[in-house]
Amino acid sequence: MINNEPLWEVFIRSKQGLDHKHVGSLHAADAQMAIENARDVYTRRMEGVSIWVVESKYIHASNPDEAASLYDPANDKIYRHPTFYNLPDELKYM
Amino acid sequence: MDYPLFEYTMHLADDSLIMGHRLSEWTGHGPMLEQDIAISNIALDLIGQSRNFFQYAAALKGSPATEDTLVYLRDAHEFRNLLITEIPNGDWSKTILKLFLFSSYHYFLYQKLIYSYDKQLAAIAEKSLKELSYHVRWSSEWVVRLGDGTKESNRRITLALEEVWPYTGEMFVIADFEKDCRYKNISVDLPEIQEDWQEKVKGVFEEATLSYPDKNIWMHQGGKTGIHTEHLGYILAEMQFLQRAYPGCEW
Repeated sequence: MINNEPLWEVFIRSKQGLDHKHVGSLHAADAQMAIENARDVYTRRMEGVSIWVVESKYIHASNPDEAASLYDPANDKIYRHPTFYNLPDELKYM
Repeated sequence: MDYPLFEYTMHLADDSLIMGHRLSEWTGHGPMLEQDIAISNIALDLIGQSRNFFQYAAALKGSPATEDTLVYLRDAHEFRNLLITEIPNGDWSKTILKLFLFSSYHYFLYQKLIYSYDKQLAAIAEKSLKELSYHVRWSSEWVVRLGDGTKESNRRITLALEEVWPYTGEMFVIADFEKDCRYKNISVDLPEIQEDWQEKVKGVFEEATLSYPDKNIWMHQGGKTGIHTEHLGYILAEMQFLQRAYPGCEW
């Protein structure tokens, strides 16, 4: 099958979920068709109650070659985690 | 047994079954993966609906009838589906147009069927209505896309319209069993939904830059009374082969 239609990224929010999660991509001629395709491809087994689609070309990604300079510096800065703070007893659900 | 009710139930069941079976032929052959899945989903919706009706019909008829015997052990002349559901798919535009014209009818029919005095038919219609409104939406968007798309897509769907249109008149021809069921407020008043259907089709055709066909076009009919096109025989040959060759076979 040859498909000349643009690629779209699909995000689905599940019934319990608060955020839309990336689930995959598909081809469609326009946004309306992309939502319907997403409904047919990604929500057949009750996966979701809300769909977002965005044309893949509008997504800008970080460069994997720069991963070392971008993410490694966080490795030795464990103090950034909140685990070192003593929480007052009254504070719940943290 | 209430024979008209049985026949009316079989008519509703056969419409969904044969349309669903026809559409399922696209599985693995869709013009693109996403549409392949979409049309297979619709086929499954329809076959699921038909099962509800067949189970009810089997209960009306009583043992030894089951949903399976009603589907696999009947001959063409006993089927009560509309001819539009059995004609070949043709290309994508013909399938889409056929589905749109049928789904719109199907949708308006069930919208009234939910008020049927027969509780079971009303319940099945209610359950199916959500699926049908999606079928109408999906197919009507495709009709617009093809009609108002490229020169080639417009040429194809215009051609499809010439072929399919003569099968639409039968939707609103009242069969004897419908007349009997109408007295008891079981069946839907077809002239009542005909206007809704025409309005819907006109609206979509306008958006799709397709011209609404002349009122005086000759229309096929016969499906509801068991007089079918040759195409139904081929569908049944494929669908029923296993049960005919190996009676009672299960897997």
